[in-house]
Amino acid sequence: MSEAPLIQLEGITKTFGTGPAAFQALKGVDLSIERGDFVAIMGPSGSGKSTTMNILGCLDTPTSGIFRFRNVEVQSLSRDQRSLLRRRYLGFVFQGFNLLARTTALENVELPLLYRGESKKARREAAERSLDKVGLLPWAGHTPAELSGGQQQRVAIARALVSDPDVLLADEPTGNLDTERSIEIMELLRDLSRSGITVLMVTHEEEMAEFARTIVHFRDGLVQRVVEGKRREVAE
Amino acid sequence: MRLRMLGATFLLALREIRRHLLRSFLTTLGIIIGVAAVITMVTLGRGLTANVQEDIAGLGSNVFIVFPESVEERQPAPFDDMDVAAVERQIPGVVNAAGSSQTPAVAFHNGQDWSTTVQGADAAFFAAQSIEVVEGRGFSQRESERGESVCILGPKIVDEIFVEDAVLGETMRVGNVSCLVVGVIDERSNAVGGGQDADDVVLMPLKTVQRRFTGGTNIQFFVVKYDDSYTSASIQQQLIDLLRERRVIQEGEANDFNIVDTADINDTVNNVTGTMTAVVTVIAAISLLVGGIGIMNIMLVSVTERTREIGIRLAIGALAKEVRLQFLTEAVVLCCFGGLIGILLAFGLSITLASAIDLPFLFDPTVNIISFLFSAAMGMIFGYYPAHQASKLDPIDALRHE
Ligand SMILES: Nc1ncnc2c1ncn2[C@@H]1O[C@H](COP(=O)(O)OP(=O)(O)O)[C@@H](O)[C@H]1O
Ligand SMILES: [Mg+2]
Repeated sequence: MSEAPLIQLEGITKTFGTGPAAFQALKGVDLSIERGDFVAIMGPSGSGKSTTMNILGCLDTPTSGIFRFRNVEVQSLSRDQRSLLRRRYLGFVFQGFNLLARTTALENVELPLLYRGESKKARREAAERSLDKVGLLPWAGHTPAELSGGQQQRVAIARALVSDPDVLLADEPTGNLDTERSIEIMELLRDLSRSGITVLMVTHEEEMAEFARTIVHFRDGLVQRVVEGKRREVAE
Repeated sequence: MRLRMLGATFLLALREIRRHLLRSFLTTLGIIIGVAAVITMVTLGRGLTANVQEDIAGLGSNVFIVFPESVEERQPAPFDDMDVAAVERQIPGVVNAAGSSQTPAVAFHNGQDWSTTVQGADAAFFAAQSIEVVEGRGFSQRESERGESVCILGPKIVDEIFVEDAVLGETMRVGNVSCLVVGVIDERSNAVGGGQDADDVVLMPLKTVQRRFTGGTNIQFFVVKYDDSYTSASIQQQLIDLLRERRVIQEGEANDFNIVDTADINDTVNNVTGTMTAVVTVIAAISLLVGGIGIMNIMLVSVTERTREIGIRLAIGALAKEVRLQFLTEAVVLCCFGGLIGILLAFGLSITLASAIDLPFLFDPTVNIISFLFSAAMGMIFGYYPAHQASKLDPIDALRHE
């Protein structure tokens, strides 16, 4: 008996607004993602990539359709139940980094553990381990304003990793970075996926998508095609 | 686990308040003023009450003061020694009754003059009014019976016209009576009923004052001290009956005298203090309401400013109630600071004002604690709506917020 996919989307639609202003951003998305996969979602601007990511991240609910995560039908959960899912299983990385300003890297990384009720000591240790994984331990005491964009994004990844998530969701994580920093981030995500974390990433850059195992192409609110990625390696 | 969350939330609130120190202070001004006003007024009120009670104790407890009072513009007949003697003899329960008369007079000494009051009083009057002789001695029975020219001074007179170290044995002139100083009484601050400064007085035996100043055997008022196993009402009734009979007042006619119960003075003062406190409480309530609205306003601003932060917290799995708790804690901590500053301000104000208007400073822990708790409650009430708004934010919209 083969294991059910970690994530299953069946006939997902999403309509924004009502009446004549209503706009259907997703028109029936079907998608399965296996545990441990490294997925790149591509497609033109406005094709529904972020909307899909928000649903996958349990931040938003579909207008219709079924979204199963770990065999739980998320679309019928309450707001707080979805918060608990995020807290327990999901990590987020955003295009704009979204770190708390005037708060040190270490404190930013500790934040998710606060909501898990970990002790101060446990929070500190886990946050330091997580910062070490992204190579930023020496920068633990710096605030976002004192860090470069690439460093900020790595702090954000450390924050997403600190609670040991099953899935890491990254919506255009390299959108604000130059190519060199972007490749560093991609390598980091690839390493994470190799360590067993399922990574879902939105990008519009072909070069970045090449790191993924699976590439999902979106067009006009539908999955156009799913292809195997190149699992690119970078020569040292 | 909940406690850990609360601790972290508390630290976060402190940090946010420190970040906007001036704004936080201005926001809590309404609460500071409200709390300071209430505590100051209650503290001064307590001082005032205590002061009056002390004065009343100075008049003696279980004491009536009886004086003639005009009815329909008619001049009432004065009391005399016979009335006092009758009260003392005929009403069971009366321990003693003592008359007194007083008149303005000028005291001369060392070439200085001083306008004061000369008051006739004997041992029974001293006892009923709890007048204490702190230097020298009281009037002897012989001096009282013979109306000798001896006097006991109020402390104010001593300060004003005596330069000698020892006033006892000195001779001074009051009006055209020269008298020997035999004693000095203690400071009594303001006695109720007398009207003039109780320390600015020259006491002489009643008979001396009647003979040399007022003439005749009339007295202006008398005090009645009764045994506390009798009720005030029963003694008062007997007093009224006896005096009406002696003054031949027909049935249906009003009393041409007044009986003041020192306990009633106490009640009156309590009423005044109570009214004062009620007025201040209303003012404070308005100030606190305005302060509360200020808190609500600034918390709404804070929620808007920190929308992105709220989005991040929600995205990483904060529950609605956890976000609500965070902002509620911030509002409560802010108000508690306001309350604390108000308490400190009230402390300084009460001490300063009390000494300025010559009242004792009586710290009241209850009103301080209640004010503090009330401040915290203000934070909860006025912080709830903004905190609720924060907790209702949609994480996606909040993250997109600029
Ligand atoms: N909250 C919203 N309200 C209305 N329309 C929206 C909203 N979010 C997204 N859309 C629309 O849905 C479509 C898909 O958006 P999105 O998923 O963000 O696209 P992208 O693939 O560029 O990430 C776009 O046309 C966008 O304008
Ligand atoms: Mg997008």
